[in-house]
Amino acid sequence: MSTGEVRHVGLNLGATDAIAHRKAERAVFGFWVFLMSDAVLFALLFATYGSMLGATAGGPTAAAEFKLGSALFETLILLASSFTFGMASIAMKYRKAGESLAPLLVWLGVTLALGMTFLGMELHDFVGMFQAGAYPSRSGFLSAFFALVPLHGLHVFGGSLWVLVMMVQLASLGADAQVKINILKLGLFWHFLDIVWIAIFSVVYLQGLIR
Amino acid sequence: MSAERRVETRQYLLGFGVALLLTGAAFAAVYWQKFAALPTLGIVFALGLTQVIVHIRFFLHVGFKKSAREDLQLILFSALIIALMVSGTLVLLLNLRGRML
Repeated sequence: MSTGEVRHVGLNLGATDAIAHRKAERAVFGFWVFLMSDAVLFALLFATYGSMLGATAGGPTAAAEFKLGSALFETLILLASSFTFGMASIAMKYRKAGESLAPLLVWLGVTLALGMTFLGMELHDFVGMFQAGAYPSRSGFLSAFFALVPLHGLHVFGGSLWVLVMMVQLASLGADAQVKINILKLGLFWHFLDIVWIAIFSVVYLQGLIR
Repeated sequence: MSAERRVETRQYLLGFGVALLLTGAAFAAVYWQKFAALPTLGIVFALGLTQVIVHIRFFLHVGFKKSAREDLQLILFSALIIALMVSGTLVLLLNLRGRML
């Protein structure tokens, strides 16, 4: 199959039969519909956050609680993990039958490690905020913040579990068509989470730190 | 390494590089803030929106190929819905807030 004829957006499955391609086409489109509904959910939480920006009720403000350095570090880690997942997708697509699964597993492992690092840093940030008295019930602003940002973290946690499950499935079942289609969907999910994070660091962290 | 694989790897590298630049620019605009608050916010949002498009193009590979058009339409329609709902919510709630204070 050449680059010209793709069955769906994104990297397609490598050498495989027509039935698997048709299955992948439907699965990927269906997953896109789910992703877009998830995007609507996030968008409305962003809107809530935007309307709650001024509602600090005399409590901690964005400028006092957010740290530019740790937001930048989290951004870079998530961006790097998006890239390593891309490398995993390429390793999967061009692996010929019978070749070692090692490159695919290594790239997935690196992605998982970066995802966990991101979660660790985010958790550290939240603990710091709680210690400074910035907890969800303090003000409307903080309620909106803790509805939005940890929901993204929860998605990353779910995605990390999913990466782990796919690594186990690869090791136990091998790279059959169904496992590959699931990794294709996981890839969309992972890249989507990075896109949501772009909105979070722009709208929440950077906007909050502008003087 | 096949030519196709090289092209696709280069796409990821290119997307990664451009995304890094855009992220760096957005954080730099706030760290070394040179402009007033509102123009800076505009710069940050413009850079963020550009980065979203870069990610969709180079990481999710959504393009204008005929076979990918259904997905593109889905994304554009969802973007329209999101724009309507978010702007509607903000207009309503900020207006309400203004009237109550």
